[in-house]
Amino acid sequence: MNAEKSPIEKEKRPSGIRRFFSGIPALGWLVGAVAAAILEYYLGDPLADAFGLPKIPVLFGCVIMLKKPLLMPGALMYVLLIYALPVGIISRITSPITNRISLGLSRMPLWFSAVIHLALLYLILRIWADVSDYRLLMLKLSMIAIMLTLSLNVINGYMGEFSCSHPGFMALGAYAASVFTVGLLVNDRLLGQAVLPLSLGHVLFPIALILGGFFAALGALIVAIPSFRTRGDYLAIISLAFMFIVKSLIENLEVVGGPRGMGGQPDLATLPTVFIWCVLCIWTINNFVESTMGKALNAVRDEESAAEAMSVNTRKTKMIAFMFGAFWAGVGGGLFAHVLRYVNPGTFGLKKLAEVLAMVYFGGLNSVIGSIVGAVGFNFLSEMLRPLAIFKWIIIPILLILVMIFRPTGLIAFRRFDVKQILSPRLKSKEEV
Amino acid sequence: MTFFLQNLINALQWGSFYALIALGYSMVYSILMLFNFAHGDIFMTGAYIGFGVATGLLALVTSGFLIMPNWLILVLTIIISMFLTSFVGILVERIGYRPLRDAPRASAAITGLMIGIILETGNLALLGATRLKFPPLIVSHTYDVGGVFLTNKKILVVLVSIGLMLALDQFVRKTKWGMAMRAMSYDFVVVPLMGVSINVIAPMTFAIGSGLAAAGGVLYGVAYPILDPYMGILIGWKAFVAAILGGRGSIMGAALAGFLLGFIEIFVAMIFPSTLRDLIAFSIVLIILTFRPHGFFGRPYSARLRL
Repeated sequence: MNAEKSPIEKEKRPSGIRRFFSGIPALGWLVGAVAAAILEYYLGDPLADAFGLPKIPVLFGCVIMLKKPLLMPGALMYVLLIYALPVGIISRITSPITNRISLGLSRMPLWFSAVIHLALLYLILRIWADVSDYRLLMLKLSMIAIMLTLSLNVINGYMGEFSCSHPGFMALGAYAASVFTVGLLVNDRLLGQAVLPLSLGHVLFPIALILGGFFAALGALIVAIPSFRTRGDYLAIISLAFMFIVKSLIENLEVVGGPRGMGGQPDLATLPTVFIWCVLCIWTINNFVESTMGKALNAVRDEESAAEAMSVNTRKTKMIAFMFGAFWAGVGGGLFAHVLRYVNPGTFGLKKLAEVLAMVYFGGLNSVIGSIVGAVGFNFLSEMLRPLAIFKWIIIPILLILVMIFRPTGLIAFRRFDVKQILSPRLKSKEEV
Repeated sequence: MTFFLQNLINALQWGSFYALIALGYSMVYSILMLFNFAHGDIFMTGAYIGFGVATGLLALVTSGFLIMPNWLILVLTIIISMFLTSFVGILVERIGYRPLRDAPRASAAITGLMIGIILETGNLALLGATRLKFPPLIVSHTYDVGGVFLTNKKILVVLVSIGLMLALDQFVRKTKWGMAMRAMSYDFVVVPLMGVSINVIAPMTFAIGSGLAAAGGVLYGVAYPILDPYMGILIGWKAFVAAILGGRGSIMGAALAGFLLGFIEIFVAMIFPSTLRDLIAFSIVLIILTFRPHGFFGRPYSARLRL
């Protein structure tokens, strides 16, 4: 805890801005961000007016800067005044207090401290998203992307297979959950009258999602069983074939609308629902990969025969990993269907596959935090570059190629997601507390 | 019987596209143990380059600079676009694969995918979203052979692609370059020590594969004269499936499996409703791979003893 005494710390001691901010715990940053979000909520409109912006810049001013380069100074000033300065200054000023609080929290059970941090995070997202519906949709989609990326990382990163079937799992989950909710709660042309009142929706929605995940996990068996005998490229093909089969199957099922897709899902995927499921997903997957089962996955990836010699049941491990990853992909798919309130089989094609794979390898293999960074980064990047129209799809691939060339395993690969360390207070010396 | 023969002809034509593309996948795999995921889009690029070359030559002919019959234009189009597209292949190798030779294999797959997206989008940005019509170089004739209808385009597609495959086979087996390629596919760690540079052989393999894909693209343009920037995705992935089905790294296997995939797709569409085509075709692929995980001509491969 006392960094001054450690010689290694002394050598690597950061200078300038980094040192200025190094004493701020996670709680401090969250408090600063809450302040910034509240500031934007109340002062955003007049400030945007003052800088000559048509409205509050939705994504940190990037969109408006690309659309109208003349407004760049205004947008930069806005970002500086609303986000950068308040976050920096408030989190720095409050850092003695927040450090003391997080020191207190670190003596309490970890879950308690985590819940408080998450509540603050949710507060930030809530206030931030209240400014525009576009932000709300983006946040939901980013959180779903986190779930998909993490669950693919279990298979591709931790187990080292190259699975291409994730859109298929997603489609299974999306359709199973949609059929459940639409069939029970909505008067639908294809699935008949509603059986239950819509007010039960929030009770039934978790069941629908779990059902979707369950179906996806069943589908994963089809991919998992051939994986006992083969690995690598053949498994890639098997999973690819599985994806095509699922897509084609849904296209031929008239009950769920066939190629026209399926709409009319009730509006159940609200921000708190998606947030809670996303947190659940991160929590379970992190626990899974930290467990002995997760270590067994790494063993299977590194050397299967050695793993088997060390009494790892490789078949069971592979099957569980596939089904576990597919379950969360199915849940993510179910949420996806209820966020957009329309799905069609074309969504779950090769384009989605390229996107999910890109997010996993961009963020980093074998790392929970890498997946989060990858999913959020990729989503925000692709939204921020939207004004560039199709050139967006030239810039993003070039970025990804550069990431692959300079960091072949992704930005933050092979890193443990240590919640305790992230939430711990950053104390420089005892005097400062 | 005539119905069967008719579909056989159709399947031969459809399969030759898969075979031509699958060859490129398989050759690159045999050298680098990596799949070139941009290959489907190289096929698309080849078709567009063929379009450009054919339009240019036709313009020269109509304006009177050159005098040549249409079939010669077609032959020249195929040759020139093969030559030009091979440079695209070399570029893909240089940008996407050479820097990642020591990286995990999945990373190279990602760069391949991304280069594919760049090719698609670059095309879209350059030429716009309107579909282009491939210039009609040969007039379609239909011959009736005992109730089976053959068009000259179908015959052309099948003959040219089989000819190219035979030429490739001769190249790999009879020439010194082919010998170097075979040696490299045997062991790409030791062979460079014997004076065969992998930085020469790998681009050459990419170039040859891309040339074949370009020939496939031009032939595709002749047979189905509509080009759009996303035409390479689906056909590319299916050819990838064919390359695996043939056994990775096996050139003959890739060609045969390409034809086989064409047969499966055409005959499934013949017997069942055509919307079920992908479903049944891929189920068959899945079953084949479950029982024969190393494909038809691949070396048996055990999960227990990995190289």
